[in-house]
Amino acid sequence: MNAAIAVPPPDARVRYLLRLADTSLVLGQRLGEWIGHAPAIEEDLGLANTALDLMGLARLLLAYAGELEGRGRDEDALAFLREEPEYLNATLAEQPNGDFGDTIVRQYLLDAYRLELLERLAGSADGRLAAIAAKAAKEARYHVRYSGGWLVRLGDGTAESHARVQGSLERLWPLTRELFDADEIDRAMAEAGIAPDLGEVATAWSRRVDATLREATLARPKDTPYLWYGKQGRHSEHLGYLLADLQYLQRAHPGASW
Amino acid sequence: MSDTRDWPLYEIFIRARGGLDHKHVGSVHAADATMAIEHARDVYTRRMEGISIWAVRATDITASDPAESDALFEPARDKIYRHPTFYDIPKEVETL
Repeated sequence: MNAAIAVPPPDARVRYLLRLADTSLVLGQRLGEWIGHAPAIEEDLGLANTALDLMGLARLLLAYAGELEGRGRDEDALAFLREEPEYLNATLAEQPNGDFGDTIVRQYLLDAYRLELLERLAGSADGRLAAIAAKAAKEARYHVRYSGGWLVRLGDGTAESHARVQGSLERLWPLTRELFDADEIDRAMAEAGIAPDLGEVATAWSRRVDATLREATLARPKDTPYLWYGKQGRHSEHLGYLLADLQYLQRAHPGASW
Repeated sequence: MSDTRDWPLYEIFIRARGGLDHKHVGSVHAADATMAIEHARDVYTRRMEGISIWAVRATDITASDPAESDALFEPARDKIYRHPTFYDIPKEVETL
């Protein structure tokens, strides 16, 4: 649109797409672990539906990233054959499921972030990314309704459920800082109009989360200075195990297909 | 942990398309009506089966007593004149 806008190098765009894709894929894989274990069969299906939405978004983004990269890697190669440091998901997404409350807190914090981000990405200067984001934003609106609804039920539920989700919130909150800490890739994308300004996303996220926490009678934890760098490929110890599960078949039987 | 005895049963009705009526499709367990709608959405509309959901507490439904079938339904059996099949329909009427 504006000739003065610096077009970021393809590599930065590929990495940005991988961040979005990997956060979606890893979170979807985590939710998939609930299948057969959820507290009720209806929740089993609800979590699986969200997992499938996340996988679907990851596929669209990985396919796009692969094309842009131009090294012949398709969505499967990117999902199944990259190692831990090449995965660029937010660290929060890879945290273990824990109990149902832990999963709901992780899900709500990320759903709220994903919704605010996707709604803005729907206006991206990158037309293909904008179309993908517009589709995913509709799904994210339901995700945030689901996880937010559960957060309110658990927070404003019994003394035990309240104490437990408050504990989950305290443990997971420090990992949210990474979502809004813009590095050079985030800044390059924002300058090119491909991605929104993360400060703006942070403000909208904060407003949304505060309202839900109030309704859930939960206290917003204090921000902590420590910063995670999953989006730069430096992860917590949990991602390796998740990838071992996710990639086992392709590693053991290369090229196997349905 | 998988104990759902405390969650009441909701009967679920789904409207497949605009203009059609809501049809009974099954039931879900849920803590309240809002959750029942979400559960119904996740269980019964995964393949675009509907555009509208009704959830009704199963205990709020009053059902006829099967033991009274004879008294309730049997008398209608021999009253075929209640069917509108005794009229001569003009050819010009294509659909009725």
